[in-house]
Amino acid sequence: MFLLQSGTLKPYLAAVRRTLTAAMCLENFSSQIVEKHNKPEVEVRASKELLLTPILISRNDKEKVLIESSINSMRISIAVKQADDLEKLLCHNFTRFMTMRAEHFIILRRKPIEGYDISFLITNIHVEQMYKHKIVDFVIYFMEEIDREISEMKLSMNARARICAEEFLKRVSIYGVT
Amino acid sequence: MTEVHNLGVDAISCHAWNKDRKEVAICPNNNEIQVYKRTSSGWKLLQNLQEHDMHVMGIDWAPNTNRIVTCSADKNAYVWTQEGDGKWNPAWVLLRINRAATCVKWSPLENKFAVGSGGRVIAVCYFVSENNWWQCKHIKRPLRSTVTTVDWHPDNKVLVAGSTDYKVRVFSAFISDMEDAPGNGPWGHSNTLGTLLAEFQNTPNGGGWIHSVVFSPCGNKICWVAHNSSICIADATKGNAVIRLYTEHLPFLNCVWMGSNSIVAVGHSCMPMLYSIDDNGQLYFVSKLDNTQKKEAAGLSAMRKFQSLDRQARTDTNDNALDSIHQNTINCVRKVSNNEFSTSGLDGQLVVWDLKVNFNSTSFLLHLCDRHISMLTN
Repeated sequence: MFLLQSGTLKPYLAAVRRTLTAAMCLENFSSQIVEKHNKPEVEVRASKELLLTPILISRNDKEKVLIESSINSMRISIAVKQADDLEKLLCHNFTRFMTMRAEHFIILRRKPIEGYDISFLITNIHVEQMYKHKIVDFVIYFMEEIDREISEMKLSMNARARICAEEFLKRVSIYGVT
Repeated sequence: MTEVHNLGVDAISCHAWNKDRKEVAICPNNNEIQVYKRTSSGWKLLQNLQEHDMHVMGIDWAPNTNRIVTCSADKNAYVWTQEGDGKWNPAWVLLRINRAATCVKWSPLENKFAVGSGGRVIAVCYFVSENNWWQCKHIKRPLRSTVTTVDWHPDNKVLVAGSTDYKVRVFSAFISDMEDAPGNGPWGHSNTLGTLLAEFQNTPNGGGWIHSVVFSPCGNKICWVAHNSSICIADATKGNAVIRLYTEHLPFLNCVWMGSNSIVAVGHSCMPMLYSIDDNGQLYFVSKLDNTQKKEAAGLSAMRKFQSLDRQARTDTNDNALDSIHQNTINCVRKVSNNEFSTSGLDGQLVVWDLKVNFNSTSFLLHLCDRHISMLTN
């Protein structure tokens, strides 16, 4: 495996973008194991010569992207930053929400790769139907948004908890005093 | 002039021209082959050839005998001949392969064709008049993976194949049943089918699927492009010496010789690139042949620009179209005339490029000046 490390966000995203652009050079390829089949080789993993070296780009030990490529398909797996239990819970629910609706996201994989929170599977058919640079943009946008989304959800969750606690304690104090 | 033709299909996976370039056969990335004729009012669909069950992988049109051969992922190949009323009729080819057929090419004399297959085999097919069908002989060893590309030597008796096991191999394709004199060219003595005449690794350490390999017009050199964005040339007259050029572009998928010293390569970069061989036999980049200007992004403030540069690591956010004629991968290039070639891609466009126009472009002149200056200073 090839490893890249980068601390700040911009070079991290730039590295992901460049790697995705290079890894997304896919073509139509019929299976050489099963006749009349055409399967994503990165999932089947039956012919070693059709797989490329996977690339792991990490910002720190929590945030990383694994890019695995093959002749007709590629897989992007993202590990999202999770500082505490609340963030872990939010991230789990968020990715669950998305993977349950995977058919609407077209390139989303129903089950993430082990050790990652969310995975995308891009095949040559996707690249034929959509602009390649737009798919790359989508993945980069998703990576930014998921961090922001989770921290926003965390904030609103905390705010809500505070209001709930206040309301609850009001009653406690009312009954306590009288 | 660069001519852009839009045939009204979403994607073109391959195309082939007839002899006088008035008609073109394309595959719209499915199981059909469409034959179009150029008229004064645009392209007219002559016939939709439907015989294959799965994706058509290769089309080749024999110019002199006027026959089309097609191969497909359904393991079949058909030779199409034109009837008196202009309709194309298929003749099934007994390929005996058990995986998808990936590429097909007529031999220069048009009496044989070669079909590459995912079953690690090349079928060399020829017509047997006693049985009245197309029959084939197989080349199996030492192919280790899918054959992605084949090409014929001008002498009709040698063929070259590239495959996903990172190797380019030159084979004898002499068929004793139908040919009398074995070939004796620069690649060696070819008297039996399947003799391995030369084998080249894409890189010294291996690696890089071969996407396309072609013989030069003289037949002494082969040029191949592979997935590690390299262009390589092997010369039989110089003891099979290989010249490799690693480029900074995305991988090339196809290449064609334009004259004896120039190569046009196309691929994932969506632009055709011109490469040449200099007097010392070295390969060098000449120019991009797509001179489309970068589109002006209107209404993009400096702040937005820096913001998007900071957040997404790219300058513009609202660019849907690429700054090139082709908007998606180019996967087929064909020579049209001595200075013209045509490309087709997954964006459904068929573009005919004129090398003369692009040769006169300023970038090319500047490049020539640079080269002369560097030669003088050396």
